[in-house]
Amino acid sequence: MTATYTLRSKRRRATLRTLAFMSPWLIGFTVFFAYPLLSTVYFSFTHYNGIGAPTFNGLKNWSYVFNDYPLFWPALRNTLWLVLVMVTCRVLFGLGIGLLITKIKTGTGIFRTFFYLPYLAPPVAATMAFVFLLNPGTGPVNSILDKVGITAPGWFTDPTWSKPALTLLAVWGIGDLMVIFMAALLDVPREQYEAAELDGASALQRFRFVTLPNISPIVMFAVVTGIIQTMQYYTQPLVAGKVASGIIGGSGQQFEPGYPDKSTLTLPQLVYNLGFQTFNYGASCVVALVLFALAMVFTALLMRRRGGLIQAGE
Amino acid sequence: MSELAQVLDPPRVTEKADTPAARVARRKAALEWIAVHALGVAAALFFVLPFVFVVLTSLMSDQQTLTRDLIPTHWEWSNYRQVLDTPGFLSWWRNTLVYAGLGTVLTVVSSLPVAYALAKFRFRGRNLSMMLVISMMMLPPQVIIIPMYLFWAKQLDLSGTLWPLIIPMAFGDAFSIFLLRQFLLTIPNEYLDAAKVDGCSEFRTLIKVIVPMAKPGIAAVALFQFFYAWNDYFGPQIYTSENPGAWTLSYGLESFKGAHHTDWNLTMAATVLVMAPVILVFFFAQKAFVEGVTLTGVKG
Repeated sequence: MTATYTLRSKRRRATLRTLAFMSPWLIGFTVFFAYPLLSTVYFSFTHYNGIGAPTFNGLKNWSYVFNDYPLFWPALRNTLWLVLVMVTCRVLFGLGIGLLITKIKTGTGIFRTFFYLPYLAPPVAATMAFVFLLNPGTGPVNSILDKVGITAPGWFTDPTWSKPALTLLAVWGIGDLMVIFMAALLDVPREQYEAAELDGASALQRFRFVTLPNISPIVMFAVVTGIIQTMQYYTQPLVAGKVASGIIGGSGQQFEPGYPDKSTLTLPQLVYNLGFQTFNYGASCVVALVLFALAMVFTALLMRRRGGLIQAGE
Repeated sequence: MSELAQVLDPPRVTEKADTPAARVARRKAALEWIAVHALGVAAALFFVLPFVFVVLTSLMSDQQTLTRDLIPTHWEWSNYRQVLDTPGFLSWWRNTLVYAGLGTVLTVVSSLPVAYALAKFRFRGRNLSMMLVISMMMLPPQVIIIPMYLFWAKQLDLSGTLWPLIIPMAFGDAFSIFLLRQFLLTIPNEYLDAAKVDGCSEFRTLIKVIVPMAKPGIAAVALFQFFYAWNDYFGPQIYTSENPGAWTLSYGLESFKGAHHTDWNLTMAATVLVMAPVILVFFFAQKAFVEGVTLTGVKG
């Protein structure tokens, strides 16, 4: 036995062992990632509506999406708006709440729970709640605003206010960022604050020159993951649009995409709209690939070898 | 609400030094305490009031829900009864529990060995695998939905069921692999070496040594996965929309207001019934949850 136990067979056993442990993911990666991704690329160059076989049609889908599909550019503009405003608001507010919770000395536990809870609210439920809270007819927010003499906007029913309303909803669910920032803030070495204080630094200067440099990787992490989440932003704008428009469909019912006036359209919604409402699988795959490219650019930013935010290796 | 009372009580100042400088410092500290906690209360209101208004509205009568009143004049607890009696609502509950429960078990069982290999084995392609796992984690599910839908619906004829959502979880979930791998990295290799010296195979080591030590990580993954299934809207929308008998709570809830021409009071009661379980689970498993968020966010 020991005689045949050579280095080579030992190495082969190790490889087999690794393969065995990795096998669930290897299958999952092939069947649920690599194969469908390649299919998406293939379909994007074909005419296909689910009936018959896909037929090659070159760049037609691509030119349709970029030149003729009326929802593509509004959705891309909305995405840009959400990246600039919603992500910024979430990061700033998350950092503010994180700072606040580290300063709160009495009842920290209950404050933390209160701040964290909305993050847990299921997206559909939270969106329904906000469509109700902000509805112009009977919503409590507008009732209160009216009482104090502020003319309240139509929120989810007004194209200029629908994205701010979604931002409000996103800022409400800040719990994840609060926890991450809180951990980062507590990690800042105390001595650095003490040294700054001895040098006569004001509170603002201490934040600028001690806190910020220490937590900047986490701020970057929050910004980049926020952008990636925006690429996936689907449930909240869709449900808000559907419920606010009053046309809520079960199976197959059509509704005005991006209600009101395309203002809540995002790229993932276009994949659904093209694929499952107009059955234009080819064009749907084009949008899917645009989405893929955007998501991967920012994922690459996260994994950059030097100064990367997530380390793939040790 | 004793914690809230505590919040309102100013802190006791213990040191007795009574020099003018100490007095100024104490005044400054007290003012800062008041400012911080006032801000805290304001923030808490922002986070909690939406829940409060939703619950209050869920208890209003049909007539009152059409007004701008904030507080019910008569508390209609029967609204909840009515929601639970709505055709379909209980089956949405059952489907959600099947999806979340089965999905969670499959995810943990299939992701743990992968995470273990990625954390503790040395092999070629490990870093590449890790990068692919992260890429899968960041991939919007819509990117591959057309081929996936065709696969499940046309080739396996499983549309109208939750199987297209449950079966893939038996093949490792990228986020769970990532989170577990981060956790397993924190377990010192000495424990594994000791098990090997005792003659344990890798599989036995995983079951006997790793699983007991990784319980907090496993708990966090199970929780996240349960919440994911509970909250998932896109998956059920794609695969079950044609068959209301297979809907989950998150998907069914959206149809609630339109399909039954219900007013806000019943819609909000349904909303509360979808939110409540998640929040209850959180209170029982708070620690595991927060640990999971920190682990995926900060540790590299």
